[in-house]
Amino acid sequence: MLRAMLGEAWQAMGANRMRSVLTMLGMVIGVGSVVLMMAIGQGAQYAVAQTISSMGSNLYILISGSTSAGGLRSGGGGGPTLTVADAEAIAELDGVSNVAPVQQGTQQLVYGANNWSATVVGTTPPYLDARAWTIVSGYPFGDSDVRAATRVALIGQTAVDNLFGSDDPLGKTIRIRQSPFVIVGVLGKKGQNLDGRDQDDTVIIPLTTAQRKVFGNPFPGSVRLIMVQATSAEAMPAVEKSMTALLRQRHRIREGQDNDFYLRNLAAAADSAAETTRVMSLLLGAIASVSLLVGGIGIMNIMLVSVTERTREIGIRMAIGARQQDILAQFLLEALMISVAGCLIGLFLGIGGALLTNALTDMVIVISGASILVAFGVAAGVGIFFGYYPAHRAAALDPIEALRHQ
Amino acid sequence: MAEAVIRVVGLGKSYETAAGLFPALRDVDLCIEAGEFVAIMGPSGSGKSTFMNLLGCLDTPSSGDYFLVGRKVAQLRKDELARLRNRSIGFVFQGFNLLPRMTLADNVALPLVYAGIEREQRRQRARHELARVGLGDYADALPSRISGGQQQRVAIARALINSPQLILADEPTGNLDSHTSEEIMALFTALNREGISIVLVTHEPDIAAYAARQVRFRDGRLVSDLPTPTQVLAAC
Repeated sequence: MLRAMLGEAWQAMGANRMRSVLTMLGMVIGVGSVVLMMAIGQGAQYAVAQTISSMGSNLYILISGSTSAGGLRSGGGGGPTLTVADAEAIAELDGVSNVAPVQQGTQQLVYGANNWSATVVGTTPPYLDARAWTIVSGYPFGDSDVRAATRVALIGQTAVDNLFGSDDPLGKTIRIRQSPFVIVGVLGKKGQNLDGRDQDDTVIIPLTTAQRKVFGNPFPGSVRLIMVQATSAEAMPAVEKSMTALLRQRHRIREGQDNDFYLRNLAAAADSAAETTRVMSLLLGAIASVSLLVGGIGIMNIMLVSVTERTREIGIRMAIGARQQDILAQFLLEALMISVAGCLIGLFLGIGGALLTNALTDMVIVISGASILVAFGVAAGVGIFFGYYPAHRAAALDPIEALRHQ
Repeated sequence: MAEAVIRVVGLGKSYETAAGLFPALRDVDLCIEAGEFVAIMGPSGSGKSTFMNLLGCLDTPSSGDYFLVGRKVAQLRKDELARLRNRSIGFVFQGFNLLPRMTLADNVALPLVYAGIEREQRRQRARHELARVGLGDYADALPSRISGGQQQRVAIARALINSPQLILADEPTGNLDSHTSEEIMALFTALNREGISIVLVTHEPDIAAYAARQVRFRDGRLVSDLPTPTQVLAAC
């Protein structure tokens, strides 16, 4: 019975080929755009997630306060309010996994005849974990290097490319502000951060060496930044509270007085970036769904026309023994066949379009099984939903009236 | 004696119209035995079409009772009526009413689809019925490729395929020339000899003459029910 009906539905589709194809086109475009838009949206989410995890997760940045000299106020980090001792105290707090004082700035690097300007970061070993840096060759420097202010450096990929070209930088000596530094490790590639800055254009050296040899420091023991990583996202509010209280106490700030430092939450920035892309991909999906809806209405339209055109046929079928449910099933099956066929072609085109986008642009494209399944399910649902009304109209026809219809 | 194929008692049908309730059929009593060949005659508007729709289980009466082979069908649900149309009644229409996109064999086999018969058996039985009406070689042709008389034969084959007790023919020769009409009536006569009851609506006396019994309607009432005179003479 089902096979006979499938055959008949196929025949009915073939009987008016142009119309079936045009009706299908609505579904093709709808499903195709849903698949493509979801691929682009999910790709953007993936790209942002990658960037966020490359920055390091659950991070706070403490910036020392501004100074004011003769009415001239420096920006944040101008004052010597944060110290290495502050960092050591924060490291003792509950929920804190890594703390690294940071002194950084842009410096000229020189290797042989090459020179290159890059961000030089003076810090302590926990920095690598906090910022999720990996070492692809060599080894990181340790606490003893910080204590002894040795001249060792870890170098990022962009700096390597520009200074060494294809040479192996390990064990080579570069000069920063006339001081020679031996490269002991090469950092893994990270790409851009959320601001679009190249994170790989970096050299990391011990904090003490940086302060003494590179930046100089009029206030011994002070640092401009302290990077603090919480053990988890849940621990962050508690860490923020206890850290602020600790610093206010250590800096002897009275009730009602402003902090002499700034606190930046990198997680909040990351969250907002992730939220933006999530909303964007939702929006893309929603717009694409509208075309799916329009495709469904197209199917309903054509099925209604088909029912009217075939009223006499329906009457004949009823006279020779078709029950209402047989007529209902027949027209529902036709609608379903059109929508599923359109869906398959749409899937094909959508995936093709996504792969093409991937090949022609540097956009990240993620085609997930879930999005394909959703598109397919929605298409089948649309077929049944929009096919039901015309099919019901056909089944409810009065056989005598239908037989009389010309 | 075998059960009457059709027995109607006090059958009536009224329609709602703008001018009020219109009685299309009033208080009809009729009994048709198995193997009878009955012609129903009457001018248009006489109620014969309404009566045929009721006999064909396409409609339900407003009053009275209808027994099809002893089964009371006046109060059946739509699905049960569909089942009766499928198994117990074969329809032949004036306009043939074949489905134009299907081959003749598929047209003939269509009632079997709704009876839930397997594909192989459907094909076999359809070919057999087509052969029975003399169109065995046209199984895979489309209806548009054959003549009106041949189309009506196909329609008769379709009516026969579920071995019904009753064939209802609504002006089956109305669209055919007189020569083809004679052939179709000869086919009905042959089927009747095989024991199938036939009820035929017509307004042509020479077509009605093929039937052994003629029933006349006028203004929604059954006004006469007589044996066909020529056939009475022939029997003498």
